[in-house]
Amino acid sequence: MSAFGILLKRDLLLAYRRRSELANPLLFFVMVVSLFPLGVSPESKVLQTLAPGIIWVAALLAALLSLDTLFRSDFEDGSLEQMVLTHHSLPLLVLAKVLAHWLVAGLPLLVIAPFLGVLLFLPTDAMFPLMVTLLLGTPVLSLIGAIGVALTVGLRRGGVLLSLLVLPLYIPVLIFAASAVATAGTGLPIAGQLYFLAALLTLSLTLAPFAAAAALRISLS
Amino acid sequence: MSEPQLIAPEILATRLKIVGLQCIRDDRILFDQLNFSVSKGQLLQIEGANGTGKTSLLRILCGLTLPTEGAVFWDDCDIESIKAQYWENLIYIGHSNGIKGDLTPLENLAMARALGSHPTEISLEDALEYVGLRGFEDGATRTLSAGQQRRVALARLLITKAQLWILDEPFTALDKKAIVHIEDLLDTHAHQGGMAVLTSHHTVNCRHARIHQLRAPRP
Repeated sequence: MSAFGILLKRDLLLAYRRRSELANPLLFFVMVVSLFPLGVSPESKVLQTLAPGIIWVAALLAALLSLDTLFRSDFEDGSLEQMVLTHHSLPLLVLAKVLAHWLVAGLPLLVIAPFLGVLLFLPTDAMFPLMVTLLLGTPVLSLIGAIGVALTVGLRRGGVLLSLLVLPLYIPVLIFAASAVATAGTGLPIAGQLYFLAALLTLSLTLAPFAAAAALRISLS
Repeated sequence: MSEPQLIAPEILATRLKIVGLQCIRDDRILFDQLNFSVSKGQLLQIEGANGTGKTSLLRILCGLTLPTEGAVFWDDCDIESIKAQYWENLIYIGHSNGIKGDLTPLENLAMARALGSHPTEISLEDALEYVGLRGFEDGATRTLSAGQQRRVALARLLITKAQLWILDEPFTALDKKAIVHIEDLLDTHAHQGGMAVLTSHHTVNCRHARIHQLRAPRP
């Protein structure tokens, strides 16, 4: 098996061994969304207009919450050093770790999102677009987040700094994704927004692993 | 410790060479103008008081940290330019063991072997048996004692073949018997033409060991 596959398998196995931590971002996502009907208004009209924004902001914060686990434990127990000191390409190993992270932290959001859509009276026409934007958008969140985590993993309290670094870069994803879902609810075409999200995904998929690998080298030195 | 081997220097094939190394941490010069080389079949023990930069030196030798000045050469090539090739020939065991507490010792070794280069013929079970961890293969490594966890890390020396071992305090938390085992391993490695650079506050009882004293520069 290639180094990519080995590391992916290892990270999924580790995530499985710490199942209790897996639920954290998902619970956070559900809780934040379910607080809005209580806090704002239970009226379907109000919630319907807010739904795309609420779901996407909550998804973004849930992604941010789960980011810290990406490199932290590997950094602390020295596994990261060992990963760097192999002849394999570090960006590829980083990509494997990000993929594993997305599978355990990003994909569950995608599965639960339609239920939250129903909770917020999201029009049925917008359900599928919501899933598509999450499918295109959440990997971008993990990839961009990886750069931020790689830069801050060596700091003792990097939490706030991480948010400051990463959130501005998340904003384009939020704008296009929420706009796509809202537009879909009114029955208008959303191809433009989806193309933008796909472009962001391509960009981060090709560039973020290199940036994160370079950042990890700095953090380790 | 025993006498250094009396072989004419030109016969020894120098592979690792350190030239004019300087390291500055937090505006303090840890070491300056450091020069030494390691030839095939040599073990080099770095000695020095706490805080003289032993770990920093080893991390520079690994290529993890850049020195402030100077360079490390492997086969006369700067390691900065041949990193992947250099790392294929290197095993580094640092202060932290580099093993996952949630995986079993066997899974940890399987992982290390899969990511490393040049696997050896020894089975993972035999490697664990050699370091005295028979019967502990299938529990989480987290539940083992500090010494046992160190042994899991040191078992990495058996499962991949590498020319150069860089070991930071390998004997920490090990009992006397395990230390003898590792010393044997170091001797065999040197006998087969391998090299090792290690730090330790113990006297290393290896025939091939040579000591380099790292002194703090005068302020």
